[in-house]
Amino acid sequence: MITLENIRKVFYQGRPNEQVAVLDASLTIEDGKVTVLKGPSGSGKTTLLSIIGCMARPTSGRIRLGEREITSLPERFLTEIRRQTFGFIFQQFNLIRGITAIENVMLPAYPNGEKYGLLKQRAKGLLDLFNISAKTNERVQFLSGGEAQRVAIARALINDPSVIIADEPTAHLDTKLSQEFMEIMDRLHREGRTIIIASHDPIVYASALVDRTVEMRDGKIVS
Amino acid sequence: MAWIDKQRNVIDFTLSSLLRRKGKNAALIIVYTAVVFVLASVMLFTHALKREADIILREAPEIVLQRMVAGRHDLMPVSYATVVSHITGVGEVRPRLWGYYYDPLFRANYTLLVPDDFRYGEGDIAIGEGVARAGVTSEGNIMPFFGSDGKLVSYRVKEILPSESELISSDLIMMGEADFRTLFSIPQDRVTDLAVTVANPQEVLTVAAKIRKELPDTRPIVREEIVRTYDAIFDWRSGIMLVIFSGALLAFVIFAWDKASGLSAEEKREIGILKATGWETSDVILMKFWEGMAISFTSFTSGLILAYIHVFVSSAPLFEPVMKGWAVLYPEFRVVPFINFYQIATLLFLTVVPYTTATVIPSWRAATVDPDAVMRT
Ligand SMILES: Nc1ncnc2c1ncn2[C@@H]1O[C@H](COP(=O)(O)OP(=O)(O)OP(=O)(O)O)[C@@H](O)[C@H]1O
Ligand SMILES: [Mg+2]
Repeated sequence: MITLENIRKVFYQGRPNEQVAVLDASLTIEDGKVTVLKGPSGSGKTTLLSIIGCMARPTSGRIRLGEREITSLPERFLTEIRRQTFGFIFQQFNLIRGITAIENVMLPAYPNGEKYGLLKQRAKGLLDLFNISAKTNERVQFLSGGEAQRVAIARALINDPSVIIADEPTAHLDTKLSQEFMEIMDRLHREGRTIIIASHDPIVYASALVDRTVEMRDGKIVS
Repeated sequence: MAWIDKQRNVIDFTLSSLLRRKGKNAALIIVYTAVVFVLASVMLFTHALKREADIILREAPEIVLQRMVAGRHDLMPVSYATVVSHITGVGEVRPRLWGYYYDPLFRANYTLLVPDDFRYGEGDIAIGEGVARAGVTSEGNIMPFFGSDGKLVSYRVKEILPSESELISSDLIMMGEADFRTLFSIPQDRVTDLAVTVANPQEVLTVAAKIRKELPDTRPIVREEIVRTYDAIFDWRSGIMLVIFSGALLAFVIFAWDKASGLSAEEKREIGILKATGWETSDVILMKFWEGMAISFTSFTSGLILAYIHVFVSSAPLFEPVMKGWAVLYPEFRVVPFINFYQIATLLFLTVVPYTTATVIPSWRAATVDPDAVMRT
């Protein structure tokens, strides 16, 4: 369970261009559920996701992961939590160009110090699972959007995270690929993972899979 | 062990990461290799020369005695040898015959010398490799000389002396005593100088003073003074080398600084992705460290090997302008390979250390950037 209490995020605090991105957000995300953050552009979805995923610290407020209060943890621990608990799927896929699909998938696991052979085996398994093993040794810039998306998902899963965080995952996909994406999310959901998606794509938020939709507006959670 | 596997994984990524920017990294390695090459060449060459000079001087006599007439170096009466040999502290006294010869045909200066035990007969000579090259002659050929009377004399080349070990023997010509005396019209009772050995190094200066007293028209040259002269010559040559040396070093520092002053947007984005997916700042620095090491190691090794070939196998052709003038022979002189740990350590310190520092520092700055930045690119 992830609990947010009165989260506030202010950019450029105290300066003329001060920007309040998230305002007094309180939210409980239950384990194993699919939650969608929905709202217009600039409403603070991405900001809130990055706070939940330990990528950024809130300006004020508290976050608990299970029973553990993580807001005040030092950088190193946050990184470790991020690596072990969260798998990220970014809007732009954010794959590293020039290296192969399988290397991209393996990257987040390198700091763990796992045997290279074993790690490679696991990465292969994931690529297999998403039917892109044919592209294992392809450089990622030569992949189609759908293939890149699946490599990005495989990468998010390499450390076997309990929470998947996706920011506008279908923004660059056509309807069919978007539906495929939701099917994959369904599978991960059935594996017992918690899924948090920010999106204003109806294919996502209107999906039967979604347990809860959180609506945001101007940095506030409205429902 | 997890630690080793982690290093291995990070190195693996580093290498495939380097291969992506082939052009840029190749350029980097070429510049880096060139710098190491120049520095290593200068270093290997000067060290080898110094060592060469040490060997020559170790075999030199403690005192060389010259006769002075009107303040000029003149021929030495052989009878002086007997006088000197009676002075206490003097070991052996050896009269020597040697001189210089300017070859107008090839416009080269040779050193002519009568060795104690010349193996060949009258009309025969042994010549250094440099002479053979300058005079375009070889074993069994005839080599013409103009005698002091202006007449042409020819000698038969019996041997080409190997110049592997000595800088100076390259321009050397050895001949028998009789031929030498005839060529330069030197009377039987005269020699060029006397080589005086003194067993006890502490007595050298006393012996020199005694010689001056007994034979006021002579000048004893103490080996220590020669050492100083040699040092001066080598220092002058090293001085020029030093200019080259510091030039290369300066270029390298500018180049490393340039590297240090910025990561490309692409590199920053990649570091952001790594951090977002769970790499720690220290992991990113580790990767940059290995990247620096990989480039350094490749460049250092190839630069050093190239320098070794340049100096010891191909006779340092790039330093020829500096070395010219030892004799007019342009001795294509090959120094004995000599390399030690100290040299390599110095070289490492001058190149690998600044480079690695220059590559790690900027990535440290980038690695401390908030990982959520990649959510917005
Ligand atoms: N790093 C930042 N520096 C300054 N302002 C920021 C930063 N990140 C976000 N903001 C601002 O915070 C507000 C919320 O942005 P956020 O990206 O969270 O919205 P969003 O709901 O994800 O929008 P979109 O649907 O367009 O992705 C915006 O006004 C944005 O300009
Ligand atoms: Mg967003």
